[in-house]
Amino acid sequence: MDFNDTPEEAKFRKEAYEWLASNAELKEGPKDSWRASSEEEGLNQVKVWQKKLHEGGWACLHWPKTYGGRESTPIERVIWGQEVSKFKVPGGYLEIGQGMAGPVMMMYATEEQKERYLPPLATGEEIWCQLFSEPAAGSDVAGIKTKAELDGDTWTINGQKVWTSGAHFSDYGILVTRSDPSAPKHKGLTFFFVDMKSPGIEVKPIKQISGGANFNEVYFTDVKIPDSQRLGAVGDGWKVSLTTLMNERLAVGDASGPDFEEAFSLARGQDLNGKLAIENDSVREKLADWYCQQSGLKYAKYRNISALSRGETPGPQSSITKIVSGNKLQEIANFGLDMLDSAGILRTDEEGAEQSMYQYGFYGAAGIRIAGGTDEILKNIISEQVLGMPQDMRADKGLPFNEIPTGNK
Amino acid sequence: MNFEFSADQMQLKDIARKFLEKEESVKRARNVLEGEASYDEDLWSQIIEMGFTATAIPEEYGGLGLGYLELCVIAEELGRSLAPTPFSSSVYLASEAIINFGDESQKESFLPGLASGEKIGAFAHSETNTSPTEANINCTFSGGTLSGTKIAVADGDVANTFIVTANNGSGVSLYLVDGTADGIQIEPQTTLDPSRSHASITFSNTPATELKSEWSDVLSLLDRAAVLFSFEQLGGAEACMDMAKEYAMGRYAFGRSIASFQAIKHKLADMFIAVELARSNCYYGAWALSTDAPELPTAAATCRVSASQAFHECSKENIQTHGGMGFTWEFDCHLYYRRCRQLAANIGSQSIWKDKLIGSLERANQI
Repeated sequence: MDFNDTPEEAKFRKEAYEWLASNAELKEGPKDSWRASSEEEGLNQVKVWQKKLHEGGWACLHWPKTYGGRESTPIERVIWGQEVSKFKVPGGYLEIGQGMAGPVMMMYATEEQKERYLPPLATGEEIWCQLFSEPAAGSDVAGIKTKAELDGDTWTINGQKVWTSGAHFSDYGILVTRSDPSAPKHKGLTFFFVDMKSPGIEVKPIKQISGGANFNEVYFTDVKIPDSQRLGAVGDGWKVSLTTLMNERLAVGDASGPDFEEAFSLARGQDLNGKLAIENDSVREKLADWYCQQSGLKYAKYRNISALSRGETPGPQSSITKIVSGNKLQEIANFGLDMLDSAGILRTDEEGAEQSMYQYGFYGAAGIRIAGGTDEILKNIISEQVLGMPQDMRADKGLPFNEIPTGNK
Repeated sequence: MNFEFSADQMQLKDIARKFLEKEESVKRARNVLEGEASYDEDLWSQIIEMGFTATAIPEEYGGLGLGYLELCVIAEELGRSLAPTPFSSSVYLASEAIINFGDESQKESFLPGLASGEKIGAFAHSETNTSPTEANINCTFSGGTLSGTKIAVADGDVANTFIVTANNGSGVSLYLVDGTADGIQIEPQTTLDPSRSHASITFSNTPATELKSEWSDVLSLLDRAAVLFSFEQLGGAEACMDMAKEYAMGRYAFGRSIASFQAIKHKLADMFIAVELARSNCYYGAWALSTDAPELPTAAATCRVSASQAFHECSKENIQTHGGMGFTWEFDCHLYYRRCRQLAANIGSQSIWKDKLIGSLERANQI
């Protein structure tokens, strides 16, 4: 057991670090991170940085070189991630396109389409979104109703999508629709990619509990999509969706926000009932629990990396990451605010204030526990796919979709 | 990065697992629980023959001189199979105390016997129903002899070598007592887990020699042992998760396998999460122990807390998944529930280890 790189890994790490060092600014400390003043500003900076990455040969590492990637191994992606985290570089906006739309296009689009759409994803010139969830289809995402009707070689789309991150600044979207409502739920779906500037698409922001609006409702009214933009066979949309859902769970990953280090350092400086909080036994007990969770996730990740380093498929340990980190964040955020006693209720917008970090965690954690698969869905996945337990009995099994009882209240 | 056990170590683990399955270790634990014997002598002698007791003892003292990673994988399998033997007391505590703090003559006199199983060691530490501290150890050492009473000494009634904590007037150290010495009175004590024997031991002017140590060394001995105990707890936790799943798959209610109910599936997913966190933390502990890393106190407390939590979660929810049958004497669920408690108590409570964990992080991050 050791934490050392193989000679090839060390060489790659050095190359990555050297490129980063001459193209980006090192973080001053672990809490130092890139931040944009507005969404527009952030998007611009991300695009500039992604272009630079692409020119340097560091975009979409595992993609084929033809489409702008580097053909890196999984362990090289991990090493790149470790090195890039030492630098203050722009992030966000591109994950859905590169992490979910890219792989599905690679698998189902024509060669001509791949050559047209994949390189601009790698260079950051075009942004994509994912149009899956609907008001009546959340965890049960196969329950979507957005209608797709074929006339000649053109489809007409009518319906509504929801929770679409970045729809308001996206150029394209991947879209799953219902093309046959008389077929059973998972059978009547068809998958497309769509130009977000098509007539009939209306994007409305959703105001979140934090007050921000990162995602949207997207309405489709007689939107036309050429049949050439269908991905996979008619009726095979569920199979195509699964490709991206698998990638989504990997993409959502760790919850960001205050973690053990922040709570520990807060407790060591904060007065609690006339003593330092760290001297309080209940505080120590909570801190110990969070440390064990954080450490468990860290070393589970190391076990994954070791498997990748040996060219093996990682074990199922990564499936626990989001559940553990989302719940931990929620508890730590609550603790951080609790430490301020009555004043913990006061809102502050002061840039970089410790209090605001816990406030964002307080809001954010509630979302993390839902995004990309709720805690409950993830537990189903662990029990079914990792432990091999049977699916729950389904009331809609085998029924034509249009005979399945619905309700959203 | 290579944060995994090697192929050889995994093979050793597999050998240990198959051996303990073939020997029906769990059934033997039940026999000890129900019978008069303090441990399973036959299984113990086979464990010795396999060389497990000699794993980490240096070759010059009759051991195999393998590393601690090898000992960790063996510990996991002993935990999984509830092996009713004095292995943990003799190997993780007594042998380790002598390897780390013994002088040449103490090592020569005791380690070959501990390696060959001719000697069985036990660690006599607790005295009252509070956690032992440097201030509350009342056992004394003076003029070459020990006096005082220790309680809940695991394997105290079968050991012939004792490592004892005692105050010598200037602090608490570790002392080594040969079981044949005069002035040792041993009383077996009934416990919640009779598959592992415990005793109270009274020393009355008993000849003893000092292991070169002070209180911080007592804590360091416990840290080293904690990693190995954690692997036993991890093995036990995983066994409970597997039992619960197996039972749920085959048990039907309301016309379907109860493993198809989300209430049961989510319970199993929670067990899986606890086991995976514990396993990853145990690997951290194994790395720290095997490399003598400065992080050992942090790593040991982390894996101890995490593995104790996992075993607690899995052993209680295993009973719950079994329903009424889980509460019967006939089913094995209670054997794990008992062992979980025994291992959780053996080297100090959860609260103490959590406190130690935060303490070690405070020391490592002095402002």
